Amino acid sequence: MTALAVKGLNKSFGGLRVTTNVNLVVEPGERRLIIGPNGAGKTTLFNLITGELAPDGGAVLLFDRDITRLPSRNRAHLGMARTYQIITLFPRDTILRNATLALLGLSPLRWNPWLALHRQQDLLTQARAALGRVGLEHMADRPLAETSYGEKRRVEIAMALAQKPRVLLLDEPFAGLSIDERRDVRELLKAIPRDVTVVMIEHDMDTALDLADRITLLHFGEVIVEGTRAEVVADPRTREVYLGE
Amino acid sequence: MSPVSTRHVAIVVAIIALIVVPYAINQPYYVNIASQILLYAVFALGLNILVGYAGLVSLGHAGLSGAAAYSVAYLLAAGHGHVVAIVGGLTAGLVVTAGFAALALRATGISFIMITLALGEITWGLAYRWISITNGDNGISVSSRPAPFGLSLDSANAFYDATLIVFLLAVAVCAIFVRSPFGAALTGTRDQPRRMNALGFHVWMIRFWAFMFSGLLSSVSGILFIYYYEFISPPALALTSSAEVLLMVISGGAGTLLGPIVGASLVVIIKLVVSGLRFTVLSQSDFVNIMKFILNGLFQHWNFLLGAIFVLIVVFMPEGLVPGTVRLTRAAWREAERRNLLAWAATFTGQKS
Repeated sequence: MTALAVKGLNKSFGGLRVTTNVNLVVEPGERRLIIGPNGAGKTTLFNLITGELAPDGGAVLLFDRDITRLPSRNRAHLGMARTYQIITLFPRDTILRNATLALLGLSPLRWNPWLALHRQQDLLTQARAALGRVGLEHMADRPLAETSYGEKRRVEIAMALAQKPRVLLLDEPFAGLSIDERRDVRELLKAIPRDVTVVMIEHDMDTALDLADRITLLHFGEVIVEGTRAEVVADPRTREVYLGE
Repeated sequence: MSPVSTRHVAIVVAIIALIVVPYAINQPYYVNIASQILLYAVFALGLNILVGYAGLVSLGHAGLSGAAAYSVAYLLAAGHGHVVAIVGGLTAGLVVTAGFAALALRATGISFIMITLALGEITWGLAYRWISITNGDNGISVSSRPAPFGLSLDSANAFYDATLIVFLLAVAVCAIFVRSPFGAALTGTRDQPRRMNALGFHVWMIRFWAFMFSGLLSSVSGILFIYYYEFISPPALALTSSAEVLLMVISGGAGTLLGPIVGASLVVIIKLVVSGLRFTVLSQSDFVNIMKFILNGLFQHWNFLLGAIFVLIVVFMPEGLVPGTVRLTRAAWREAERRNLLAWAATFTGQKS
């Protein structure tokens, strides 16, 4: 069984081919790093996997189940969670409310129009626990708009983890972070248990290299190299893509 | 006192005040105006669910309340009783709402506004042209008000009391709704629909049910409307009627419970009370006479006055009267505290701050 499989995926925006015959097989528990220069089609690939974009051709399989035509929301219920490269949170709400919404997304309670949300102790305890995992429990009641960029990044991760995903897609979790914050986030990602499969996009190879089991290098929407950390680093084509030789 | 109990006291005082109002006014004309404020407040609360909490601005809501009102009038004219008429009115309002929602929710933002506007105009056109049902331009008259539990609603005070009960129920239902998990999901779809979808929420369905709830309150206000005026004609469904309720929501403060109520009071009072005020221009001073003359002109052309007030609200409190007042009061409080602190510090240092 594979956790996530992408078969012959294609996507064009008008005349621009952003994803060209991409194949990807991620084993359960694996840590997969997807790298590539700007405009390589990494985030587009994520949007195709999560269903925010519909592919022109090819298939996406989650634990051997074809989910190509499934809406994003259903993929979340099947155990897929993602974070965004550009912070996509609820700025008017508190950090706790942000985490609560992540839990609510998978709970039947989300359709309930008469219970008081602030009295759902079970949900709130879980939300606080999720924030605790990223070290933000002490500021749970702070409005999101009053938090730093690094804290928002951690809220992104907390919300994805709160959903107890089987496959976690992280889109540049280190983007825009200071050196200290990078170290914290790396520790955080290292602590994710192995029953969660992690696929991570990272623009900057050095930061995330030691987190990865296998690495896929994308360039102009195509998979150029795939292999273990050492194989990809040693491959001359990696150098070519990154240094333009 | 803790803030919670202060709030409870305020609510109880407000309810008692609302119950006492007609006895305090004791003039049927003004009691009727109070009834109108309440029925428009129910309408504004309904529209606010979409505008304030779903972030979807509708310019066709008069079509929803109008559909309910016309259905009641039609059923009564056809010889049915009040129970059938009211149930039929609510059903018709909800069916039209579902149609509006199914068509308008294909879009958000400006496109959503334009679709609802077009749908509202269609219902207005139907009221105007489908003469066999609506009696066209002449409208439909209703000859009697219902008498729940044998209590006649014919007097101004009795109708006010019935409207007040419906209004308080509407406020309570809205208060419960916005604090619920579904309410949280709804504001989530307003602020970050893409994220909500990725989190597992059915964004379209959440908006659809919010639209239905909004349509339900609009239909209820439409039924109050038809029993209050005992008459309905096409202008009740026109774009200006939809825009008026939208202005109530926005001027009072969209996305707050109190805002639409304050907005409804503002619009109805200016429209019906201020427009009737006149000063007699007989003062000794020319200046006073000129000022009275100008004010009389403003009262007479109340639309102009209302427009000027909206401009002032947009300039000084773009978020609406209720949130704007809260913000300015807090700012003034902080400023006073700062000055007290400076004055206190000055007594220590012996210097002037």
